Amino acid sequence: MISLAGRDILQAWGKFVFTGVGLGLLIGVTLSMAGIYRGMIDDAKVLLDNSSADLWVVQKDTLGPYAEPSSIYQDTWRGIRGMPGVARTANVTYLTMQVRQGERDVRAMIAGITAGEPGTPGWPPYLVAGRQITRSHYEAVADIASGFELGDRLQIRRNHYTVVGLTRRMVSSGGDPMIFIPLKDAQEAQFLKDNDAILQSRRRTEANPAFNKPGSPDLLGAVIDSQTTNTYVNAVLVQIEDGYSHDDVAESIRRWKRLTVYTRAQMEEILVGKLIATSAKQIGMFLVILSMVSAAIVAFIIYTLTLGKIREIAVLKLIGTRNRTIAGMILQQAIALGVIGFVVGKIVATLFMAPIFPKYVLLEPLDSIFGFIAVVLICVLSSVIAIYAALKVDPAEAIG
Amino acid sequence: MSEKGIRIGGLSKRYGKGDTAVDALKHVDMHVAPGEVVGLTGPSGSGKSTLLKCLGAVISPTAGRMTLGDQVIFDDGWKVKDLRALRRDKIGYVFQAPYLIPFLDVTDNVALLPMLRGVPNGEARAKALELLTALDVQHRARAMPSKLSGGEQQRVAIARGLVNQPPVILADEPTAALDSPRAMAVIKILNEMAHKFQTAIIVVTHDEKIIPTFKRIYHIRDGVTHEETGEGRGFE
Ligand SMILES: Nc1ncnc2c1ncn2[C@@H]1O[C@H](COP(=O)(O)OP(=O)(O)O)[C@@H](O)[C@H]1O
Ligand SMILES: [Mg+2]
Repeated sequence: MISLAGRDILQAWGKFVFTGVGLGLLIGVTLSMAGIYRGMIDDAKVLLDNSSADLWVVQKDTLGPYAEPSSIYQDTWRGIRGMPGVARTANVTYLTMQVRQGERDVRAMIAGITAGEPGTPGWPPYLVAGRQITRSHYEAVADIASGFELGDRLQIRRNHYTVVGLTRRMVSSGGDPMIFIPLKDAQEAQFLKDNDAILQSRRRTEANPAFNKPGSPDLLGAVIDSQTTNTYVNAVLVQIEDGYSHDDVAESIRRWKRLTVYTRAQMEEILVGKLIATSAKQIGMFLVILSMVSAAIVAFIIYTLTLGKIREIAVLKLIGTRNRTIAGMILQQAIALGVIGFVVGKIVATLFMAPIFPKYVLLEPLDSIFGFIAVVLICVLSSVIAIYAALKVDPAEAIG
Repeated sequence: MSEKGIRIGGLSKRYGKGDTAVDALKHVDMHVAPGEVVGLTGPSGSGKSTLLKCLGAVISPTAGRMTLGDQVIFDDGWKVKDLRALRRDKIGYVFQAPYLIPFLDVTDNVALLPMLRGVPNGEARAKALELLTALDVQHRARAMPSKLSGGEQQRVAIARGLVNQPPVILADEPTAALDSPRAMAVIKILNEMAHKFQTAIIVVTHDEKIIPTFKRIYHIRDGVTHEETGEGRGFE
């Protein structure tokens, strides 16, 4: 027996290829959407991995520092440092903002990292170029996704920074490239008011007789100092000594310091389950819509192709072709269309979408396999109407 | 009595029910022996197609009996189980429009029928080529149907009707689209094939050119047949 479906496709290959390419573009977008979701999860994991922290200590009852604002006193780390099982601690601040360089500005997540040696929690674990920050002010390490280069001068708030090192794949969970600067600078940037605001605040403080007592001239200076310096950080990153249970250390910090502490697993849960959840739902919706559009296209094309063959189908039935053979012919064509579409879609996603998309697109082989199965299933379901129409054809139609 | 060929007796077909019912066939009797080519004529709407559909096991008659060789096909509302297999194995069809499968080449259009019966591809194609040669279209064996002339298409369609060597061939206006010499050639082929394979052939036609070639003609009017014995000029 010969393949009726195959012969028909060979005869009308133009129609199949064009439809397949159109379907392929849709499938390419669908695969890319899945890749964007995977990329977001991967970004979140990389963010957590690269912070080289085992625990995140944040303001009590917050989901900080990534999903919610968190603010804890900058000296909190000292108390945590002394607790059993704690190897290292480091303050960290994060703020997302526009970073200016000359004419252009880039949205970035600024990470304020404590002075120390490489390996300190919060530090970028490896650089692709340049060196780590060595001075306590006005140096920056930027991710290459920001477009900055070594030696570039960036402006964050009022201060200028020189890029001394470059990282790769260091992005926030929102996909913004990270820029590391010294903690003190970051604290200042986070709480910095503009000049007028500082002057006004100073004037109000001076006018307050409680602060400006004639007998104690130092008081006013101290109050103004405390108003303009930021003594808070967003989180304390903790590394745990080998041999200690992360959960146990987290629990004792919770109990003794009355702070909220997250382990790596909990932090991942927060990022993936809460921060990315809305985007994931949007992507899920798009996947559903794209699947339905693809199904409609396949159904329409296969139905049209089948209607164009009603006479031949009547003849095939008259000469004794089984319904199964005729249904198989239509089904195989639908699947062939799906396979062409999938191959085109995979190529589009891999070669065109992923490289140019402004977000990290992670195309997982397993997603491709699921995608392929879904495409085939959709094609099978879409051919049902056409098969129904073909089976209804009366062989008597072949005789006048 | 051992029956040969195709025989119908008291065959009736009613379309629809109640007031709108149409009696397309009324107690039709007919017999075509193996090796015989008979004509079937009648005005439009007289029931030719309906009769052909019953003979072709495409629709079931309302009443009456039809036998093919020793096998009973229809008997007063009863019918054999698998009409599809019967059509595949026992009946060949040749239509006015050849209705070739456009995506199969000439050889495979013919070879498809034995293939549907499970004959291996190579064997089926060899058989097809043999018939195409007999019908003098072997030079177009690898062409697609759309590239053939009307006469060539009709000959391929005849090859398709004959390839399984069915005991019965039904031809519906097989010469309507052909000029006189080609029409006569087709009738000649049908007669030769009937003789060679002992096939019972029924040809529905309006074609004045070929009517005189039939030894026997069934004339149908308002669902009733009258047998006429013509002065067949003979092609044996
Ligand atoms: N499927 C059908 N349903 C109802 N009436 C039909 C159907 N097919 C044919 N008829 C009627 O049966 C009669 C015979 O039709 P048909 O067999 O097609 O005649 P012919 O082929 O000789 O023109 C006509 O009156 C026609 O209207
Ligand atoms: Mg008719």
